[in-house]
Amino acid sequence: MAQKIVVDPITRIEGHLRIEAQIENGKIVDAWSSSTMFRGVERILQNRDPRDAWYYTQRFCGVCTTVHSIASIRAVENALGIKIPFNAEMIRNIIMGIQNVQDHVIHFYHLHALDWVDVVSALNADPAKTAALQQSISDWKFSSADYFAGIQKRVAAFVGTGKLGPFTNGYWGHPAMKLPPEANLMAVAHYLEALQLQKEIIKIHAILGSKNPHPQTFLVGGMAIPIDPNSQNALNADKIAQIKGYIAMAKEFVEQVYIPDILAVAPFYLDWAGIGCGHKNYLSYGEFPDDNRGYPEGFWLPAGVIVNGDLSKVMPVDHKKVTEYVTHSWYEYSGGDGVGKHPWEGETNWKYTGPQPPYEFLDTDNKYSWVKSPRYDDKPMEVGPLSRMLVAYASGHKEVKQTVDFVLSQLGAGPAVLFSTLGRTAARAVETLITINKMGQWLDKLVANIKTGDYSIHNGKLWEPETWPAQANGYGFHEAPRGALGHWIVIENKNIKNYQAVVPTTWNAGPRDPSGTRGQYEEALIGTPIADPERPLEILRTMHSFDPCLACAVHLYDEKGALRSKAKIL
Amino acid sequence: MGDFSDLLESHGVTRREFLKYCSALGAALALPLSMTAKIAEAIESDTRPPVIWLEFQDCAGDSESLLRANRPTVGDLVLDHISLDYHETIMAAAGHQAEASQQATVEKYKGKYICIVEGSIPTEAGGVYCTIGGRTAVDILKQVGGNAALIIAVGNCAAYGGLPAAHPNPTGAKGVSEILPGKTIINLPGCPMNVDNLTATVVHYLTFGAAPACDRHLRPLFAYGKRIHDNCERRAHFDAGQYVENWGDYGHRQGWCLYKMGCKGPETFHNCPTLRWNEGLSWPVMAGHGCVGCSEPLFFDAMMPMYRRLPNVPGFGVEASAVKIGTAIVGASAAIFAAHGAVTTARNWKKIGKAKAEAREEISHLNSDSDSEES
Repeated sequence: MAQKIVVDPITRIEGHLRIEAQIENGKIVDAWSSSTMFRGVERILQNRDPRDAWYYTQRFCGVCTTVHSIASIRAVENALGIKIPFNAEMIRNIIMGIQNVQDHVIHFYHLHALDWVDVVSALNADPAKTAALQQSISDWKFSSADYFAGIQKRVAAFVGTGKLGPFTNGYWGHPAMKLPPEANLMAVAHYLEALQLQKEIIKIHAILGSKNPHPQTFLVGGMAIPIDPNSQNALNADKIAQIKGYIAMAKEFVEQVYIPDILAVAPFYLDWAGIGCGHKNYLSYGEFPDDNRGYPEGFWLPAGVIVNGDLSKVMPVDHKKVTEYVTHSWYEYSGGDGVGKHPWEGETNWKYTGPQPPYEFLDTDNKYSWVKSPRYDDKPMEVGPLSRMLVAYASGHKEVKQTVDFVLSQLGAGPAVLFSTLGRTAARAVETLITINKMGQWLDKLVANIKTGDYSIHNGKLWEPETWPAQANGYGFHEAPRGALGHWIVIENKNIKNYQAVVPTTWNAGPRDPSGTRGQYEEALIGTPIADPERPLEILRTMHSFDPCLACAVHLYDEKGALRSKAKIL
Repeated sequence: MGDFSDLLESHGVTRREFLKYCSALGAALALPLSMTAKIAEAIESDTRPPVIWLEFQDCAGDSESLLRANRPTVGDLVLDHISLDYHETIMAAAGHQAEASQQATVEKYKGKYICIVEGSIPTEAGGVYCTIGGRTAVDILKQVGGNAALIIAVGNCAAYGGLPAAHPNPTGAKGVSEILPGKTIINLPGCPMNVDNLTATVVHYLTFGAAPACDRHLRPLFAYGKRIHDNCERRAHFDAGQYVENWGDYGHRQGWCLYKMGCKGPETFHNCPTLRWNEGLSWPVMAGHGCVGCSEPLFFDAMMPMYRRLPNVPGFGVEASAVKIGTAIVGASAAIFAAHGAVTTARNWKKIGKAKAEAREEISHLNSDSDSEES
């Protein structure tokens, strides 16, 4: 019997996300992804100083709180032809690197883990057996039976007070939960440890960027954090030592907790290696300038496009092939809605034509989202850690290939399992590992360069708008935690004439295009089994594998709009 | 009381640590040490009101700030234990059950709970620019905020409209006080808000049973009563006429004044220089970038462009007081920006200039008020 359900909101950082899904015989047969929040920042940016743009765009997202600053200053630097000092390049790498690492840790432990981990089941675990499990998977310091007994007591206290805190209203006891109690208890301990870790390791942003969230030392042309080993008001040996300490802290956790957890949990959920694949088209812009060869040759992670899961062929990226459609989005194009527009010619003419609130269902035959539909060479693309790792793997990237092959061998599977919900989650862990290992090198390179007496952090040659040409176009790419991010800018008479951002969420969450081809989220949900439509844990698993920000909140409505399900209360 | 001690212990917090936390909070509130016991009593009380946290046109920056709380074990405990009945981004897999819990809190504790709001509220086109579960932000705020004892608007967007309200304000974004005039509202602007100011505000409310004293823009004086400029660690360089002239120059490396690089510290009221961020590690000026004025009403239009020097800040010498500087700015700002509007040729830029002049006049008005309160 066919049944349409609504999941709204799935809270994400770049707005409010809503999924409508058609279920038949226990499986999703169709799905629609919609964003229900609009601010119009691209319009607000028009006629402002291009050097200020990063500060505005940074506020697209307060979770991946550096990424839109980076893409923006790169777009302006690209337009004006500004090359930044090596020191600034390395400082940006360290800021971006720890952003990805911290964001991935938060995602796995605080957003995604509860889709797989049954917190309540942890109450039934034997702490001694949990300690044995922990000691069998790594040398992590917190591994005694007493420690896990203490964690169990804390969980019991949560339950006992009737206030479950962050564990309130999970899908406890759901048939799709497969972990034994001991693994659940171990995961709960790591959840709490990661909560502590995330606020520590992100202090690198405070040291280099003044604060987090929303660090404030970005500059078109470099960075505003001065370097001087002989000053207490600049980046000096003391601050470098602090950064080193936080990198070591993150590395220890990733190597001894995050990766072992993935390897321990994945075998219980191998069926999810066959669910949630989507279109199998992957786009990565490449990231982390590593030497002086420029983009993309000198970048550590390669740029590339993979189509239809064919890992034998990686095509180069050409930003001119990026277009956006508004056929099913609440916007109008001056030349009609059937044509895709390159971001330099992009328009943000908003016009809401959806149902008047309060509403039960969107008009999914027509326009149904505030997100546009980006296409690359007219194809939908998936972006994110999986895309980055696949492009790197298929390009023969040494660290990626070694780590991916190691994980696959541990799971006894081939690369094809990566095209899945589980694959996304595993790829994110692999990326976290290779990134934290790389970060020490960037810090070393920075130190080595400072040693030569080079303290420069900013190229000020084109700082004054008087030095700019009358007209300039630029684009800035960045690989954010959630994937390929592009900002396009048109500068005219020293001000912003047009500004368009095509963000990871747009690639993944966009609605259908004029040909009716689904967006990534929509396609990835097709075929997903739903054991209990009133508790669609499986939708959350696949949606979360794309990395929504922070916790998710889901509302279920039936066709009459009434509150539908009753989650089990402890 | 015993139960609370057990709960503290179960979270790995000793009594001693808890009292230390309370005295730190007292310090943030500028209270005498003798208040520590009273704060502890307030936190331990079982009659603490529930909290509902709403998100509208936001970036979750304030929610993230919450995660960076200084003493997270205790901080999370305080927020968790007192209150957090609803927070979309914190309550994992809360789903519709959270919605039900929100409504239960509204009904059961009508007029008694605290409502925290993050993000602006779009009002154009019937509010269609932000809907949650098919309901508009306006609708949700009126119902949930309207029945609260106290509303705390966190971040500049919830307080004054923030980024979405910048010219031309495409969605008619507004701050909470414009949607719910007459309600008891405390604004904690900043981009994002500093979580220590939120914790201090909540504890103040619980300790004294009333909202802290606020300025005309509803900002608590304990956190927004002084200019950045007056507490700035680089003030001596301003007075001595030592300025950063270029990014990375000698003055920049030596921590000289950032006024010429566009620092908005002289017009901004916030406790960044004393409280700092991420457990007191740093703040923008300390790291080498000027203040952008993010705690001021309509700061995007009022304070931008970011690197433009504030017009006519006098007092390049130790004899000039902050009050004099502030007073001089009042007259200068509107005139400067009106002139800017006249000479520029871009039509839209003129509009931004106009919005800016209006916003600045409003702020200057506020600042002169604060000055008179101080004197």
